[in-house]
Amino acid sequence: MEQFLYAAEVVVNGLMAGVMYALVALGFVLIYKASGVFNYAQGVMALFAALTLVGLQNGQVPFAHMINATFGTHLDTFGWTLPAIVAIALTALVMVGLAIAIEKLVLKHLVNQVPIILFMATIGLAWFLEGLGDVMWGADIKMLDVGVPKGASEALMTVTEQWTGYGFYIDRLDIWAAAIAAMLVAALMVFSQYTKQGRALRAVADDHQAALSVGISLRFIWVLVWSIAGFVALVAGIMWGSKSGVQFSLSLIALKALPVLMLGGFTSIPGAIVGGLIIGVGEKLFEFYVGPLVGGATENWFAYVLALIFLVFRPQGLFGEKIIERV
Amino acid sequence: MTPTTSTAPALTDPAATDSAVQPHVTADGRQIGGVLMDMRNITLRFGGVVAIKDISFDIREGEIRAIIGPNGAGKSSMMNVMSGFYVPQEGEVWFRGQRRPQMKPYEVARLGIARTFQNIALFDGMSVLDNIMTGRLTMMKSSLLEQALWWGRAEREETWHREKVEKIIDFLEIQNIRKTPVGRLPYGLKKRVELARALAAEPKLLMLDEPMAGMNVEEKEDMSRFILDVNDEFGTTIALIEHDMGVVMDLSDRVVVMDYGRKIGDGTPDQIRSNQQVIDAYLGVAHD
Repeated sequence: MEQFLYAAEVVVNGLMAGVMYALVALGFVLIYKASGVFNYAQGVMALFAALTLVGLQNGQVPFAHMINATFGTHLDTFGWTLPAIVAIALTALVMVGLAIAIEKLVLKHLVNQVPIILFMATIGLAWFLEGLGDVMWGADIKMLDVGVPKGASEALMTVTEQWTGYGFYIDRLDIWAAAIAAMLVAALMVFSQYTKQGRALRAVADDHQAALSVGISLRFIWVLVWSIAGFVALVAGIMWGSKSGVQFSLSLIALKALPVLMLGGFTSIPGAIVGGLIIGVGEKLFEFYVGPLVGGATENWFAYVLALIFLVFRPQGLFGEKIIERV
Repeated sequence: MTPTTSTAPALTDPAATDSAVQPHVTADGRQIGGVLMDMRNITLRFGGVVAIKDISFDIREGEIRAIIGPNGAGKSSMMNVMSGFYVPQEGEVWFRGQRRPQMKPYEVARLGIARTFQNIALFDGMSVLDNIMTGRLTMMKSSLLEQALWWGRAEREETWHREKVEKIIDFLEIQNIRKTPVGRLPYGLKKRVELARALAAEPKLLMLDEPMAGMNVEEKEDMSRFILDVNDEFGTTIALIEHDMGVVMDLSDRVVVMDYGRKIGDGTPDQIRSNQQVIDAYLGVAHD
């Protein structure tokens, strides 16, 4: 019994971790669906959003190092602390600005190019954003605190202890992340199903030519979808940043999103979520049962091996569009 | 539209096409007005290949104008020029009395020019209803914020456009498939949904690229009826490309004939039928 309950706790924690993976994968799916671009920069966008958020919140002067080095000044902070909600709203605006800049400076010039070219462009974008984040806000590790509760949920622990005699340890941050992710996905679904821009977005995702013929501006839709992806990156950045601090390694969470996408399919939002959950639970359970036998640290590779297996047997993922070649 | 008595001169000289291009009322009571779209000396090249060579013709308000010609004559290229998908190297496109500057296809659509495609360009993953609703996107005025919060004009607007779309669905007799994803529909119905989406934009000019290609006789008759009804009931000007000569002659008021990128005939179906160049192009001539 004790063993079973412990496993159940592992599963719940896996689900929570899975939600965090799904958050990142979601940003990839949105852009891939609307423009067929695999946005390598999605992880860096999350890092950049988190850096900007911390910077704004703490009143850091952007480009302080550069300005100081050039003009011999000693700028550091503006000396204010913004309320979390204001800083988040401002960061969201920055992400919209970034989306507009990306469309104007990159995508616009690459219309009708093959996907690999656009993919390469997003690799460039990733490097650029990474550098920009460093130069703007400094390369040191930062703490992010926007008021998301952290630490074990006492209430849950007490309740589970009363019922089963075993207190579940679940981080409150994970519960919040799951709740926020669920709301985000619900909001995105409603937006794409019931609003005119959502309809236009689905139209563009389906057929560019037909979308043009009914008067949809592709460029507007691209800005819109990159803005939404920027916002999703911000949410992911907040959650991951609150959990483990804002630093370069934050951008590497994008790597964990890859197996999620291979499982869920690149074109399916529900797929991104289910994929994230499967990976989250899978790697925790695998570590729990198999880990001790092989010396542990299976979490580092389990997701990728699972993705490889999927690539061999079901390359379109669980929910992706079937790959059918007409001859 | 109620028929009014004609003040236009009666047809006297069958050789002059002018009789057909003066504002007049047709025998079946439809009103033909002034020039809606005027294509002037259009030349379109793809590298060294000349797809369209110096072609001019006009489309008048209220008429059904057909563009016909053998395979590869440049008909679809012409329609792509008209809808902004191709930019001609030479020539001018005039619409509603104004020279149309070079425009993106979506800007052309917003001018009130809707079209269908030879190979059907629908949103396969979306329902019939959603597909047709996209036709009204450009008419929706509420902002992104209003839409996102479903507030202000957003809801009223959606209801209003939905009613309009339901009328079109009734008109084209596709009520029973309105929730079906388009990808699952048979070919003939897809063509009809594409027509519905174009109609939903309430276009001033409706362009149909081979609306009856690949259809059986029954479907062709249905489609012909819909095209005539659209023209008759809404007074919509229609430009269409079609292969089936019988259909073209029955449907259209005036016909442009293209062959190898050139215009070889322009006039009423009767004039076209007796045009030797057209007969040669279609039946072939002996070269000896």
